[in-house]
Amino acid sequence: MSIEKFQKLVSTVVPLPIENVDTDQIIPARFLKAVERKGFGDNLFRDWRYQKDGTPNPDFVLNNPRYSGQILVAGKNFGSGSSREHAAWAVYDAGFRVVVSSFFADIFKSNVLNNGLLPVQVPEAFLDEIFQIVEIDPTAKFEVDLESQTITILKAGISVNFDINPYKKECLLNGYDDIDFLLSLKKEISAFEQA
Amino acid sequence: MILEPKTLFDKIWDAHVVKQVKDGPDVLYIDRHFIHEVTSPVAFLGLEKRGMKVYSPQNTIATPDHNVPTIDQHLPIKEELSRIQVQALKDNCAKNGIKLYGLDHQYHGIVHIIGPELGITQPGMTIVCGDSHTSTHGAFGSIAFGIGTSEVEMVFASQCILQPKPKKMRISVEGKLQKDVTAKDIALFVISKISTSGGTGHFIEFAGSAIRSLTMEGRMTLCNMSIECGARGGMIAPDEATFEYIKGREFAPKGEDWNTKLALWKQLKSDDNAVFDTEYKYDASDIEPMITYGTNPGMGIGVSGNIPTGDNLIGSDRITFDKSLEYMGFKPGEKIKGKKVDYVFIGSCTNGRIEDFRLFANFVKGKKKAASVIAWIVPGSKKVEQQIREEGLVEIFEAAGFALRQPGCSACLAMNDDKIPAGKYSVSTSNRNFEGRQGPGARTMLASPLMAAAAAISGVVSDPREF
Repeated sequence: MSIEKFQKLVSTVVPLPIENVDTDQIIPARFLKAVERKGFGDNLFRDWRYQKDGTPNPDFVLNNPRYSGQILVAGKNFGSGSSREHAAWAVYDAGFRVVVSSFFADIFKSNVLNNGLLPVQVPEAFLDEIFQIVEIDPTAKFEVDLESQTITILKAGISVNFDINPYKKECLLNGYDDIDFLLSLKKEISAFEQA
Repeated sequence: MILEPKTLFDKIWDAHVVKQVKDGPDVLYIDRHFIHEVTSPVAFLGLEKRGMKVYSPQNTIATPDHNVPTIDQHLPIKEELSRIQVQALKDNCAKNGIKLYGLDHQYHGIVHIIGPELGITQPGMTIVCGDSHTSTHGAFGSIAFGIGTSEVEMVFASQCILQPKPKKMRISVEGKLQKDVTAKDIALFVISKISTSGGTGHFIEFAGSAIRSLTMEGRMTLCNMSIECGARGGMIAPDEATFEYIKGREFAPKGEDWNTKLALWKQLKSDDNAVFDTEYKYDASDIEPMITYGTNPGMGIGVSGNIPTGDNLIGSDRITFDKSLEYMGFKPGEKIKGKKVDYVFIGSCTNGRIEDFRLFANFVKGKKKAASVIAWIVPGSKKVEQQIREEGLVEIFEAAGFALRQPGCSACLAMNDDKIPAGKYSVSTSNRNFEGRQGPGARTMLASPLMAAAAAISGVVSDPREF
C-alpha cells in the first residue's frame, strides 16, 4: 500500500491567525462517529464555520471568498489536545496538503505526516509575515518544496527552511507506507519477542 | 566500565527498541494496546484491506467508553451512529479474537480506568491507545502515550510503532500539600505555569516528596493531565504504593511470577545523576485549589485569585486571550470566586476513580445540592460503581440530592447525550475546557472533585476550604 506522495506545491493560502487551535475545534467530538474515513472535511472547524442554524458563518475564513488554496496557515500550537486522527483527515479532506504554523502539537504532527499532509513549522516572525502579506493580498502565492525543505513567499522572494525527520521525508517524497516497513521487520520483531 | 546514568524513561524505552531506523524513528515494541470504539474502526478497515488480522490479540484490550449512554445501559443505544460504532468494535474484536469488556461486562468502564484497576497496567511496560489520555498509565512507571489511528493500525499489524524518542523533562514538587489541594490542583498548577505547549516534544517524569505522597489514584490524575501541557506522557517511578495497588488484581502477576516481577519493578527508577533535557521545580505549599477561567487547560488560577488582565499580552496572544474570555463570558481582572455554576460533572478518566467519589461524598455529606445546579455523577467503571455502592456513598449522594449514573466518558467530551447546553457554566473534573468540548457553546471550568463538590453545594465557584 502507499500514501499520497508530496513533492512540491505552489498555492495561495488560507490564514487562521488563532493560537492553540485544539483538535476539538478542528473537528468536534460529535463528528467522530463514522466507522469509515469519509466526509470529515465538511465538518472541519465546524463550530466556527457554521452558525447555530447551520448556515455558513460569513466571518469565518473558510467562508470568505477572498481566501482559498491548499495551504492552511495557523497560529502557534496548532492541533493540541485529543489524539483523534479525524482532525488530520478533516484538514486533508477539506483539500489542504500543507499546514503551516510556528508550533505543532506532537500527536497532531505525526497524524498529519501519516496522511500525506505536510506540517511546515516556521519561525514566528515568518508566520506574522505570511499573515500580513495575505491580509493585503489574498492572491499571494507560496511555494512549498519538500526536497529542499523550503517555504517561499513567491511575491516577496523570502524563503525559510523547515525541519522534517529524514525518514518521514523519504516516506512522503516516495509515498512509502509505515506499515509495509514494519511488516518487513517480522523477523526482528519475533526475535525481540523471543529474547 | 562505568555506565552512563539513565532516566527511568530511557531505561524502559531502550528495553523496547526492536530496531533503530537510521536518521529516523525507533521501532518500539508495545506491551499493551488498549482500544475503544472511536479511534479503532478505520484502523481495523485498513488491516482488512491488507487482508490481515491483528498480530497480537492477546495483548489488545477493548472497551466501548466514549459514546456510551450513562443511563439505561441495558437498553440498545438510541443514537444510531453511536450504536453502529459500538457494534463495529464488538464485530472487529470477535473477528480478531480480542477480549472486549462491553457494556454488559462486569469489567466495563473507561479504558484508562479499567487498565489499572484490572492490573493490566504494570510498571516497565510500553502502553498505547488511540486516546491522548493514555498518559494516565504512566502513574505505574510505564511509558504510556496516545496515538493516532494510523498508529493503531501499525500496532494491530506488528505490535510495534514507529516513534521518534522524545526529550526528557522532570517536574519536581517538593513539600507538603495544603489542606484540600489534590493531584488535580497540582496538574492545573503546573500547566498554568508551563502552558499547554510547554511539554511538547517531551516525556515527563514527576518527582519530589509531594508526588511520592500521592495515592495511586492521585498519581493517575496527574499523569492523565500531562498531555494537557503538550507532553507525550508523564510517569512516576513505581514504589510500595504502586506494588500494593497492583497486588491481587485480576491480571496482576501471581505466585512466583509476582516475586520475579516485583524484583524487576523495584529497579525501575532514574539513576541519581541522570540528565533531563528540561527541569522544573515547584513548592507544594504554593499550590491552592485551582480552577480554569479560559478555553485551554493552561488558563488556570487559584480559586482565591483574579482572572488575569491580559495587559502584558500583545498581537495574536492578546487576540487569543480576548476570544477565550469572550467565549466564557468573563471580564479580565474579575474574581473567579462567586461565578455562577449551572452544571457540575464529576467523572472521566481524570477524576472518575473511587477516591474521587469518596472525596466528593465526604464533602457533600450532610449538605444539600444547590437547587439551581444540575449534577452528573459518573463513575469511571463498573467496578468503581460497585465500590461506590458497597461503601454506602450512594446513600450520601442521594441524601444530598445527587444521583449516580453509569460508567463512560460522558460529559468530558459529550459524545453521548450528556451535553452541557450552550452558554451554561460547568465545573467539571474532566481534562479539557476547549470551546464546545462539553457541548456546543458550553462553558467549562476545570477543577478537582472537591472544588466540584463546593460548587454543587453553593451554586457558585467556591473555595472548599471555607466550608
